[in-house]
Amino acid sequence: MMRGLALLMALAMLAGTQIARAEVTASTPENDFKAFRNFFTNKFPKVPLNDFVNGPYSMDEGLRKQWIAKEDFPPYDFALDHGKELFEKPFKNGKTFADCFPNKGIGIRQNYPYFDDKTNEVITLELAVNQCLEKNGEKPYNYMKDDMAAVTAYMAFTSRGKPFDIKIPKDNPKAVEAYEKGKQYFYQRRGQLNFSCASCHIQAPGERIRAEVLAPALGILNAMPIYRSEWGGMGTISRRFTSCNSQVRGVPLEPQAPEYRNLEYYLSYMANGLPVSGPGSRP
Amino acid sequence: MASSIRVRATAGAETTEVQALMQHPMDSGFVKNAKGELIPAHHIETVQFETGGKVVFTALWGPAVSKDPFIKFSFKGGKKGDDLKITWVDNKGATDTTTAKIM
Amino acid sequence: MRIITSIIVGAALLLTVAVAQAAETAETFNAAYAKAEAANKKAGELRNQWTTTVAALKGAKKAADEGNFDAATNLAKRAEALANASIAQTEREVKLWPDAVVR
Repeated sequence: MMRGLALLMALAMLAGTQIARAEVTASTPENDFKAFRNFFTNKFPKVPLNDFVNGPYSMDEGLRKQWIAKEDFPPYDFALDHGKELFEKPFKNGKTFADCFPNKGIGIRQNYPYFDDKTNEVITLELAVNQCLEKNGEKPYNYMKDDMAAVTAYMAFTSRGKPFDIKIPKDNPKAVEAYEKGKQYFYQRRGQLNFSCASCHIQAPGERIRAEVLAPALGILNAMPIYRSEWGGMGTISRRFTSCNSQVRGVPLEPQAPEYRNLEYYLSYMANGLPVSGPGSRP
Repeated sequence: MASSIRVRATAGAETTEVQALMQHPMDSGFVKNAKGELIPAHHIETVQFETGGKVVFTALWGPAVSKDPFIKFSFKGGKKGDDLKITWVDNKGATDTTTAKIM
Repeated sequence: MRIITSIIVGAALLLTVAVAQAAETAETFNAAYAKAEAANKKAGELRNQWTTTVAALKGAKKAADEGNFDAATNLAKRAEALANASIAQTEREVKLWPDAVVR
């Protein structure tokens, strides 16, 4: 009788534990989102939620003061004007970028990347810009800087303040798979220096790597594209991902490689609700 | 074509504060390109700010000033509505100028 | 009898080692380089090549072109080691990354 009871209790405990474990480890984008958000708000309770998009400036007061002084006359001003010109200039066939994008391409930055269920791939804003050019018989831009940075700067500017609104269609398992692959890329170590994105942007935001203050991963793409003093010019998301790779002594993948697009999908989803702040300037 | 100079001048009670951003590569002449060749010096040498027929500020720049330089200063005088003219000349003899109204 | 055999074997071993150290040739270099390239290609398929592997391969090629096959083979062997390390890193990390995910 006692043995039976003990067995029943043991079984009940086991069942109870298993149910609890299933709840704790259920990995869904929504649960990831909550955990990610809580991680940063717990680690930095004094930082207002929307301030995370300001990267190192949300972490370091001295840097912030310099940044605010510069924002009166931001270094991305020239690229922004050039981007508007490029955006409005008709292609050889008479069409413009407005013909490729919803809402004529104005105020839509916060919806990128999205998952295209016809081609089953992640479409980033940079990819969409070049797809538009190619569709209209124009030469695609180099993904890293110059015209691509200028056009995406302008498109980001028209969305300033709008909260990121990235969708992962739950009825499409390929979309969730792309999200999961992006998540894997973020946490997997690579390069001879054996860093993952998380090594810097989860483990050490606000700390220094050499002379640079590290940005938190939360909202880290919201200010893109950026004028970076280190680059002496503008750079896109493609530029940042490839240079982060080479900085850890990993050979960069091709710009807009599926891995990078999946990574952008993951990071942008994690930033849902946080405002577009681009174009930005960084040290 | 847009000017390479952005300027904002704000008149206060006694002084006017000027901020200007200039687009220029400001190559020092000491940097090498990917092939190992020196990129020749190409930088602004003088910047001049004029208003009311007077030069209120002259800057003499060289290789130490970085790309797309930003300058901020104040001068005594200046009235809202006055014209402020900015001119730069670089070491290749190129020049650009713009005029803005003091706010 | 045994002692003489040992001496002969010992001498033969020394001779082989001496010969090996004396001269890497174009053939031995090419073999080492091919192995390194193959390993780096596999690392590429795993999407995790190291920049230092690529640099070692380049250096090996350059040394070989200059006729310095000893240095070239050393670099090729280093490149192979680096490439193998990058493969091992991917195989390890593909299993370990879930532990790093913020919970």
